[in-house]
Amino acid sequence: MESNTVIGLEIHIQLLTDSKIFCNCSTDYIDREPNSHTCPVCLGLPGALPVLNKKVVELALKTALALNCHINRTNIFHRKHYFYPDLPKGYQISQHDQPLAVNGFLEIEMEEPLENKKIRINRIHMEEDAGKLIHLEKDGAAVCSLVDYNRSGIPLLEIVTEPDIQSPQEAIVFLQKLRNIVQYLGVCDGNLESGSMRCDANISIREENSGRLGTKTEIKNMNSFKAIKEALDYEVMRQRKLIEQGDKVSQETRRWDEESGETVFMRSKERAQDYRYFPEPDLLPLTIEQSWIDGIKKNIPELPAERKERFMVDYHLSGYDANRLVEVKPLGDYFEKAAKSYNNYKKLANWILGELLHYLGEENIGMEKSPVSPSALVGLLKLIDQDVISVKIAKNIFEQMFKTGQSAAVLVQNSGFTQISNEKEIDGIIRIVLRDNPETVQDFASGKEKAIHFLVGQVMRHTKGRAQPDMVLNLIKERITEI
Amino acid sequence: MVIDEKMATVKEIGEVARSAKLELSEEQLKLLSEQLNNTFSFFAKTDKWDAEKIQFDYHKNLTSLEHYHEDIVKPSLPQDTVLGMTRCKKNGSFEVPGIL
Ligand SMILES: [Zn+2]
Repeated sequence: MESNTVIGLEIHIQLLTDSKIFCNCSTDYIDREPNSHTCPVCLGLPGALPVLNKKVVELALKTALALNCHINRTNIFHRKHYFYPDLPKGYQISQHDQPLAVNGFLEIEMEEPLENKKIRINRIHMEEDAGKLIHLEKDGAAVCSLVDYNRSGIPLLEIVTEPDIQSPQEAIVFLQKLRNIVQYLGVCDGNLESGSMRCDANISIREENSGRLGTKTEIKNMNSFKAIKEALDYEVMRQRKLIEQGDKVSQETRRWDEESGETVFMRSKERAQDYRYFPEPDLLPLTIEQSWIDGIKKNIPELPAERKERFMVDYHLSGYDANRLVEVKPLGDYFEKAAKSYNNYKKLANWILGELLHYLGEENIGMEKSPVSPSALVGLLKLIDQDVISVKIAKNIFEQMFKTGQSAAVLVQNSGFTQISNEKEIDGIIRIVLRDNPETVQDFASGKEKAIHFLVGQVMRHTKGRAQPDMVLNLIKERITEI
Repeated sequence: MVIDEKMATVKEIGEVARSAKLELSEEQLKLLSEQLNNTFSFFAKTDKWDAEKIQFDYHKNLTSLEHYHEDIVKPSLPQDTVLGMTRCKKNGSFEVPGIL
């Protein structure tokens, strides 16, 4: 029987504020001394009262508007109860039935089949992060757990999609697009490995024509795009197998185990009533003025999709190149800086997407820290355009620029890499090549046109790439006809 | 929330106490059962009131407090002070029973 994969995602992003959501402790928690950024509020000491960070609401609104959501102008914080040592109060301040925003969507572009697809956003709400636990074990048995509350109270935004995603690949495309957007907005750095962006997935299999959704499982603990893809692929396969065998999928929470490459049972799924939600009496309902929303709307920066369109129009780039350039914000920024003083945009894009990304990737350096600045790259490209160096030499020079940080002009001058544009000099070399390869010359003369490429190659080899191939080609033709 | 008018037995309350790791004597359990059942029967009474239109109430002081805090970092408690509140600590962290 035909069946469809149904996936919904719950994404948590840490908002880029300086202070925590309900207190003024620092949010800088990674690699810090444990429990050094805490206070009575984020430790959940009796009597401490939370006060909402205004910037959190601002960043949350920005995200909600960029994801085309309806903003609830009055929204309410709830207490969500569960008992685990990472939660000092015994409840998490979150939002429940009146969240900040609802009914949004994000459009993604799928390649196979080529289609634009709207993934609906069910809700977006604000909440606080929990502390971090380290589990110590000996011989496989739990000894004790250590709790660090520095992360307790870091502002989080939970973004919940509708179950509109139909394959693990779609989930990845959606997440990458979402990550680009939050990075462009400057609301989150989107790092899955460090946990500033986390994703849980609900998966079920719907049998065609049955209309009803299958039983879903929730998958947690996926810390990279690779892990998400593998975990979802695995879970889809596991559920299909169960159904094929006539077994039932049970509603449960499962954990991705990177080592074994499997999802493993964690616990049976909690239901909303297990959390005993009730309105947080220590925080007033949040009322958001329309003028505040309007102000934020006006200041939403250009997002990847718009930037791509602009790159295609302003710089005449292909959709493919434009897409790759805007995918990571600093890459697009680099291109635009360089494009201010260089107008062969296609060539510029090729060099950035080719050489530059290659070396950055090889050395694992972020775009922002590129040793070759946009203006330095333009300097190199201009030397090619002026026929001072060949493309081949330029690639060599680029590598040195990348390693030394020196400009193309200096490197070219020091290395004697300038192109030989002196016809006489090249002519001498051509004569030698023709003399040494009489058979190839004969082949060309008798109509085998391709034979000439070998001769051009030989000349380029003799000049160590310092001649212009076009010029060499023409000169060889002249000489052969002379013979 | 609907509170069942059925009362909690001493045995049930004993189980809750055990889960909460409270050591209670037979007398304490009996006393507690009586007191809790009094409270439950009061809840059962309030459950019959028509509270549909009554708004949820908030902390009394809230209206006079700042609604928001600005996004500025202020000093946190020193780690010593924080860990000074517990006997269960290890390597700068709170130590809790092993959970995996
Ligand atoms: Zn704090």
